[in-house]
Parts: sequence; structure tokens; C-alpha cells
Amino acid sequence: MYRYDEFDRQMLEDRTSEFRLQTTRRLAGEITEEQFKPLRLMNGLYLQMHAYMLRIAIPYGTLRSEQLRRLAHVARTYDKGYGHFTTRTNLQLHWIKLRDAPDAIESLAEVGLHAIQTSGNCIRNVTADPYAGATADEIDDPRVWAEAIRQWSTVHPEFSYLPRKFKIAVTAAEKDRAAIRAYDIGLHLRRTRDGELTFEVMVGGGQGRTPYLAKTVREHLPAHRLLSYLNAILRVYNRESRRDNIHKQRIKILVNTLGVEEFTRRVEAEYAVTDGADIDLPDTELAAIRSRFHVHAFDARPAKSAAFEAAKAADPEFARFTRHNVHPHKAPGHAIVDVSLKVPGETPGDATSEQMELVADLADRYSKGEARIHYTQNLVLPHVKLDDVPAVYAELAKAGLATANIDLITDIIACPGLDYCTLANARAIPVAQSIARRFADMDRAELIGELPIRISGCINACGHHHLGAIGILGVDKKGEEYYQLSLGGSGDEKAALAQILGPAMPPGQIPDAIDAMVETYLTIREDGERFLDTVRRAGLQPFKEAVYVEAR
Amino acid sequence: MSKLVKRDGDVAWWVEDEFVFVPDEEQVPATGDIIVTMGRLLGEGDALLTSGRRIGVRLQPHEQVENLAYDLPQLAVVELVFAKFRDGRPYSTASILRGRLEYRGEVRAIGDVLREQALHMVRCGFDAFVPADGSTPEEWMAAAHRYRHVYQRANDDRRPIFVERDMIASGLGHNRPDEVEA
Repeated sequence: MYRYDEFDRQMLEDRTSEFRLQTTRRLAGEITEEQFKPLRLMNGLYLQMHAYMLRIAIPYGTLRSEQLRRLAHVARTYDKGYGHFTTRTNLQLHWIKLRDAPDAIESLAEVGLHAIQTSGNCIRNVTADPYAGATADEIDDPRVWAEAIRQWSTVHPEFSYLPRKFKIAVTAAEKDRAAIRAYDIGLHLRRTRDGELTFEVMVGGGQGRTPYLAKTVREHLPAHRLLSYLNAILRVYNRESRRDNIHKQRIKILVNTLGVEEFTRRVEAEYAVTDGADIDLPDTELAAIRSRFHVHAFDARPAKSAAFEAAKAADPEFARFTRHNVHPHKAPGHAIVDVSLKVPGETPGDATSEQMELVADLADRYSKGEARIHYTQNLVLPHVKLDDVPAVYAELAKAGLATANIDLITDIIACPGLDYCTLANARAIPVAQSIARRFADMDRAELIGELPIRISGCINACGHHHLGAIGILGVDKKGEEYYQLSLGGSGDEKAALAQILGPAMPPGQIPDAIDAMVETYLTIREDGERFLDTVRRAGLQPFKEAVYVEAR
Repeated sequence: MSKLVKRDGDVAWWVEDEFVFVPDEEQVPATGDIIVTMGRLLGEGDALLTSGRRIGVRLQPHEQVENLAYDLPQLAVVELVFAKFRDGRPYSTASILRGRLEYRGEVRAIGDVLREQALHMVRCGFDAFVPADGSTPEEWMAAAHRYRHVYQRANDDRRPIFVERDMIASGLGHNRPDEVEA
């Protein structure tokens, strides 16, 4: 995986000193809270309900074991011994003291971690396919490009005070595991028939109160021109977006106000007069970034593992784990192992310091020292030999990390909600817990099959409710928490926004409503249909009836 | 006369502002260097530019600098207004002025101009500042040099990290990274 060199390290050191200085100036009253706010946000520090929250970047979701161990250490030393992995593949610590923040950040910097641009109106932490470099269905490692974007966008002189936040995601596989069409810019790397690497550039996706899927502005951008094309998009956005209404300042609003044709025309006009030589990385530097990923050599192994098959035959729970949490690897005899942070009844995405340390140890012993964060708030061990999967499973099970529910009904995304977040209208975590408890029977969950539920505590949609096969949005109704259901969304390569089902309901009715929809699905599904497929085929009506008619 | 921080390369010092801003509703004085709005410049440009004194223009954040392309060589100062320090449009304006339009006169930052944004302003090509927070030239330049390296090329002469790396790799720079000049 990518290793920072001396330059990257000095950037982090200087950033740490700068933030220490800015904090000192704030504490001394030299700068106002209004002036300090964007500075601390660009260093990942939010003021929340109870304390400061530190949002630590995990660029393109990739961690070395020593970095994961350091996250555990920082969570234990400066917080309450646990952290929350987010849909942006960041780690949030929710109980930080402002005076401790520079020390926490300095500790992170020692292992090449940081909180740079995890918040604020700038180019945020870049995300990528969590299976990058491991999955067979990619044509190149998208993290090379994500890292190029990270460098270009870090402390960018022109694009650090944008109208609003700006998020970029990259994939190089046809199966979209990074929800790229929900991003301000989604990038899909492909190879043309004559072998050239090109990006499909999609712009203007986003969730929040006005959700949009990103629209294609360039079908085949030569990959080595990526940064100059991004520069053109950002410049058009920075200059032409509204700045008079915070709810209308994302690029999705500009794209949809101008229309994608006119927006594209403006970007292309800017790009036509952009001097790429000033911006694009030379091929030699791209190659150098690639080499700093230290691509692993995988042992030649037989595609089938006797030990793996024997364990499957001997232990039905392990067999279940392999059905849901183990995925094909590009190297024969290897597997990608998903580590679920969705124990029914617990907080989705939370991990204790001990759990992080265990995953770090397993990464060292079995996964080439590497772990990943998936935007579904789970962890991944990307490079496990099939022979070793039973041992990994046994270790995970001991730590409560072997829940075999990836993509099942209990693999719920939930934002921190009103338990932590000042923006929230309603709690998300207890709703997720109540649903997961209802479906804790693994046999039933498996019978139901793939069913992504996404819960947000407010319209900002951090819990991706627009992209859930079942989406749940918390709203405030005269001081009471109510929840609005929607159906049919997905963030994959066939991305669609969920449609609202009907009137909102109090939290106590949610598990029954979900149960009623699940029963309807089980009754009317056709062969091989997932819940999402049935909703898209049959429409909302049968589910509406199940929830609002039969329930009475 | 007010003072402003003038910068050349890595050095900055106080200078007296020799220009007077003339709002649209006021008559242009008979003599003296003046700064006018873009509307006035485009309307009365020819008369002003031939009146035997230095002329500058003040641009609001939304105004398109491309409209000035034809007049730029005649202009001594382009003054960009930061309506709010969070409004980042002047960074793009300055970048276009220095880059594509190759403007070599003074690019001045006025309005909500704060030391914590000095680095971005300097890198985008601003070379004169009216700090709203009372920063001295020394404080201003110290803030602009908090980082030993930069990741991207901009309108200053700093080499981006990818060039520094390449120089080391090709043996052109025998500096070790920690000795590379800021």
C-alpha cells in the first residue's frame, strides 16, 4: 500500500504545526470563532452536541496495520476507546477536547495519517473502491488516481474556499462499490478498445435535501489529463456557483440549473484554454505513485483450498460466513474478507480500540499488513489466503467481528444522528438497532437475502437514505422523532434514488413496517429477485398497502 | 494615505498606497493615481487611460476578469475584493489574471483579508495586501511560508513536490528532501 515519502511527511508536519498555531491564536483570542471555524473544519474538527468531533481521513479507505493500531491508540488516549467508521471511509472520534486535538493530530501524522480536508468547503478526502488492488473485476488500481487527486487537492491555493464541500470518488471496476454517482465528481476508469486508459467523468451527484445522481460530462477523458480536467470543473464551480444560499451552493445545483449540456460546454471551454503541462502529473510521477503503493506479489496457489472446503463442511456458521463475507480475489487461492461492524443491537460502524488492534494484527498475520474501510461502515481484510480464512474467522468470532451479514438486512448504514450530531432532527442509531434486533435470526436474514437499509437522522443524508433499497429518514414533527420510509434506491452501477413510500411514522412502528414489507417481498418475489429487484419490478404499491393498510 | 503590504518574491514591506479609490457616484479628481470600478473603466476607459496618470480597477467577486483582457497592459493595479474571507472567488480571478492573461502589474487583495489565508493569496499571485487583521509584512510572509513544500504549481515560483521528486530521482537536485529550499 501507499507509503508517504519524506515530502508527504513534511507536509503533514507543517500542517500539524500550522494547526497548533491556529489553535493557539484562537485560544488567545487573536482570531474569532467565525474566522477559526473553517480552519478547524479543514483539520477535521467539528463542534457537536457534547464535545468536539475529530474526523480522521482514511484516503481511499486503505490502512496499513500500524496506522489502524495508531487509530486505536488515539481513540483510547484522547477519546473513550472507540471510534465510528463513516460512509466517507473516515473515522470519527466523538469526544475530543479542543486542547488535545493538536496532540492527537500529531500522533496520527507520525504514521502518515491526518484529518486534512475532512470537512469544510474544500476538496474532501477522496474515496475509492474498497476492493481496489484485490478484486478481479478492475482494470487498474483506482487508488493511484485517488492518491494523485489527494496530492493535487491538498492545500490547494485556488480551491480551498469553495462555495460548499466537494467530494470525489474513483472506481476502476464495473461493479460500483464506491457509490460514485452520489458524488460531486464520480470517476470511472476504463480501458478503450485500443488500450488507452480513460475516465468517464460524472458531475453533480449528491444526497442531502435535493438528491441528484451525477451526470456524465466526458465519456472518455485520457487518464493522464485527469487533474487538468478536474481543475477546469472546479474553476467553473468556484466562479459560477451561487454563494447567497447555503442550500443551493453544491455543484449539483449549478449543473442542474444550467443543464448538463451548458455546464459541460463551460467546463470544456475552460479546459480548452487550460495549460495541462502546469497541472497534470508527468507519466513518470504517476508511475512513481504507483510504485509507492508497493503492489503485492501473491504466491501462486491452487484456486481451491482443501482446508477452506473442509472447514466449510465442518462448521455451518463458517459456511454462512463464507457465503456473505468472503469475496473472490484476483489471485487464485486468495480471498477478500469483509469484517462486519454490524452486530445486531450495536452501533453500526463503531469499533473499539481492541477490535481495531485485532484487525491490525490479523492484517499483519494474514493480509499483507493491510486493511480497508468500506463505505458501508465495515472493514475489509483484502488479501487473505483461502487456507487462512478459517483461522481469520475464528479470531474475528472471538472479538465479535464475524457477523455473517454483509449486504443482508442487518448490514445497516446509519449516521451518528441526534445522539451526537447537532444537525440531526432524529436519532438514527436506536432505529438501526431495533431493526437489526428484529432480524437477528441469521437463517431468516439469509432467506431474505440482500437488503441494504440506510438511515439518516436528517435531510443531510449522511446515512445514504436516498440510496437504500429501504431508506429511512428521521424528521422532526412538532418535537417528536418521526421516520419517513422510501424504497428502491441504490448506490451501485445501476444507481437510483429511493422513492418516498408514504407518511412518516414514530420509531416504535418501524420494525413492524419493515417486517410487513419483507413479508410482502417474500410473497411476491420471482426467482432470483433481490428485494430491490422486486421493488423496481412491482412498484411501491404492494409495499404501501403492506405498511399503511394491513398494519391497521 | 493608507498603508499596504507589498510583496516581491519572499520579501514584503509596508508601502504608502498612492492610489485613491473613486466610487461611481463621485467625480474623478483632476490629478492623482486612481482606482475605479470595472463599470467605470469599461465605460470611460479611453479617457481615463490617456489622462497621464496610473489607473487601477477594483473587481467585485462576481465580476469576470476576462472583460478586462484588452485593457490589462494599461492598468497599474487590479484590486480584488474579498467580500468575506470565505468567498474564494478572488483566488480564481487572480489565478486567471496571472496565468492565462499574463498580467504583470499589481494584484491587490482588499476587504476581509486575513493572515490565515495569506498562503493561498500569495500562491495565486497577489502581491499587495490590505490586511483587515492588522498583520505586519513579517507576519504576513511568515504565514505564507508555513509549508516547506507545495503539491501543485501555482502563480508563484515554488516547485511542486512532483518536480522536487523528479529532480532527486534524476540526480539534478542532490539535495535530500529535508534540505530542499522552501
